[in-house]
Amino acid sequence: MSISFQMPRYEVLRREDRCVKCRVCERQCANLVHRYDADLDKMIADEMQCVNCQRCVVMCPTRAIAIRRYPLEYRENANWTERAIVEIQRQAEGGGVLLSGMGSPDDKPVYWDHMMLNASQVTNPSIDPLREPMETSVMLGCKPDSVTLGADGSVKTKLPPQVRLSMPVMFSAMSFGSISLNAQKSMAIAAKKLGITFNTGEGGLHRDLEEYKDAAVVQVASGRFGVHTDYLSAGCMIEIKIGQGAKPGIGGHLPGRKVNADVSVTRMIPEGTDAISPAPHHDIYSIEDLRQLIFSLKEATEYKKPVCVKIAAVHNVAAIASGIVRAGADVIAIDGFRGGTGAAPTRFRDNVGIPVELALAAVDSRLRKEGIRQRVSLICCGSIRNSADIVKAVAIGADACYIASSALIAMGCHMCGTCFTGKCNWGIATQDERLTRRLNPEIASERLVNLLSAWNHEIMEMLGGMGLNSIEALRGNRLMLRGIGLNQKELDVLGIAHAGE
Amino acid sequence: MEIKAGLMDFEALNKMVRADAEDGKKLVLREVNGQRYIGCGLCGSAEIDVYGTPGNDMAAFLNGPSITVYGNGQDQLGNTMNAGTVVVHGSVGDTAGYSMRGGEIFVKGSAGSRVGIHMKAYKEHHPVLVIGGSVGDFCGEYMAGGTLIVLGQGGKPSPITRYCASGIHGGKLVLRGEVSPSQIAREADVLPMDEETLSEIEPLIERWCGYFGGDKRELLSGKFTLIKPKGKNPFARLYTNNVY
Repeated sequence: MSISFQMPRYEVLRREDRCVKCRVCERQCANLVHRYDADLDKMIADEMQCVNCQRCVVMCPTRAIAIRRYPLEYRENANWTERAIVEIQRQAEGGGVLLSGMGSPDDKPVYWDHMMLNASQVTNPSIDPLREPMETSVMLGCKPDSVTLGADGSVKTKLPPQVRLSMPVMFSAMSFGSISLNAQKSMAIAAKKLGITFNTGEGGLHRDLEEYKDAAVVQVASGRFGVHTDYLSAGCMIEIKIGQGAKPGIGGHLPGRKVNADVSVTRMIPEGTDAISPAPHHDIYSIEDLRQLIFSLKEATEYKKPVCVKIAAVHNVAAIASGIVRAGADVIAIDGFRGGTGAAPTRFRDNVGIPVELALAAVDSRLRKEGIRQRVSLICCGSIRNSADIVKAVAIGADACYIASSALIAMGCHMCGTCFTGKCNWGIATQDERLTRRLNPEIASERLVNLLSAWNHEIMEMLGGMGLNSIEALRGNRLMLRGIGLNQKELDVLGIAHAGE
Repeated sequence: MEIKAGLMDFEALNKMVRADAEDGKKLVLREVNGQRYIGCGLCGSAEIDVYGTPGNDMAAFLNGPSITVYGNGQDQLGNTMNAGTVVVHGSVGDTAGYSMRGGEIFVKGSAGSRVGIHMKAYKEHHPVLVIGGSVGDFCGEYMAGGTLIVLGQGGKPSPITRYCASGIHGGKLVLRGEVSPSQIAREADVLPMDEETLSEIEPLIERWCGYFGGDKRELLSGKFTLIKPKGKNPFARLYTNNVY
């Protein structure tokens, strides 16, 4: 066997004057970077194993540790970058499909950062949410084309099932298996407290989460793991996963080594077996077939739950979304190419799909043009980083946004991108009990509640600044957006004017 | 209890079926004309007889009841079924038993493509799918558990066509009749019949004969091929970890 050409990516800087050899770093690192050498009476590091997750840095009681890029200078080359070279070396050694964790880190346009919000000046008053009522709750689901009222003002029209959210944010799908039960539970507790939802992903609903089931969106994907009648009836909404922004067009493989006793129970598969979600649902080869799955789920739950269809943002997303509405979906989630993942083939993650900003604008415009926008709610997802992204998404046409990476970061994730190794030192993307117990659901859920309460207030402030007093008044209100540094084509697709216009 | 389906739409019909299906009692549906989702998500122990042609997704998510079809079934019969029994006195369409985790399906005639795709097994759940005739391409694709038997009745040269058991990582297929290795995917092991499997399928074939007629001894004396996965982790060597 040939030698490995791999070099460390990170260097561990340890200030000997501060290190007290308490060995906390050694105990905290599941990648086995730190080790105490008794002969030398000092801590040493195997830097090859370091993924820069910052766990040791944060936990070191004397602030003795810093991590920086390994000082390895490749020849300057704008084409054959370090990354291009290292990826070839890895594949030459491993012979496999390159696998990455987290959303695409590529330097591709983030359209949120090229849109600016409006604010009231002189001609209409801004509203102060600290003193005046401000509505940020939304109802997800199909709305009737018209409403008939009785003589007493009561609504006579039979309304399709709806999900009420206290703010336009939901936790996105992350299965038990891809993340730990403590991570899922943290989101479940926070969702219930906040009046929003969490999403089971395609991993079934763990029995410990049953008390949060009213806040659960239960997912049905091509592998149908954990799907049975009780599961379908448990949640407040059912989501059919067709695609994921990080890997449009392909399914997923949860390796058997991650299917431990607990994961096997919720997925309802034997321990140690690969959980394979095929690329397509083999009962869906057309919009008509999708309609069939949507209605089989509605039949199984007696039309009491809205059904959401989640798709990746791809080239013909507008036409596809139109078909999904006509197939009977109550909600559509559109996941952009920057969307997160526990494991996706690198080439898919970085090269397949389109930015969600453009996809969302195209879908909203198309559905309005066809006069069917009211029949569906739109969820925007794929790297929502802050409250301003949400406000901009709503202004383009979203009813709500899914967040996942943001939620994980609130819980401790440092975006090291090695979720697929199962050695997450923050107790999130792992099933190792030694690591998962580092994540306390009570504390982590509080951090999530803090984050989203802050975001909700920021949303209110931004709405108030625009002179609006409800999120409904912003939805699809693209006059509130102006582009900066965008060409005419981009402005046209986004349906917004340039700043100064 | 009887319901005449006629040209009733599926939503109305299934609402009546849900209301009238009582544990341990028989419900008869007559003049069924392609209405979808019959028995979809139904729990309990009702017995339902279906006369005519039920539509797609019959017995989807079924969780207990027994359904007998006096006619042909269409696509996705028993989709993601958890428990119960479906007996079809005719043939069925594509993806019968898709992702079924438990329960039993007996079909007198043949079935289309992707039969038993992604069948699973879990603890006490062990799904069984017995097809009397032959099946189309990708039979037992991604199969993860359970037992799929194809008896090859009806005069076709082989009980299967192509790409049988592709991606299989659990469960087993039992094929009666002439099978060439070129019809089987590389993830699968092609094995001769063994005693254990023979004793497992004997009562199932006896039941098939009980439902549809036929000579158990003659069926069991045919040539059988046993298909099992080479491993339960078919994609273990597919990936190389990246750091970006």
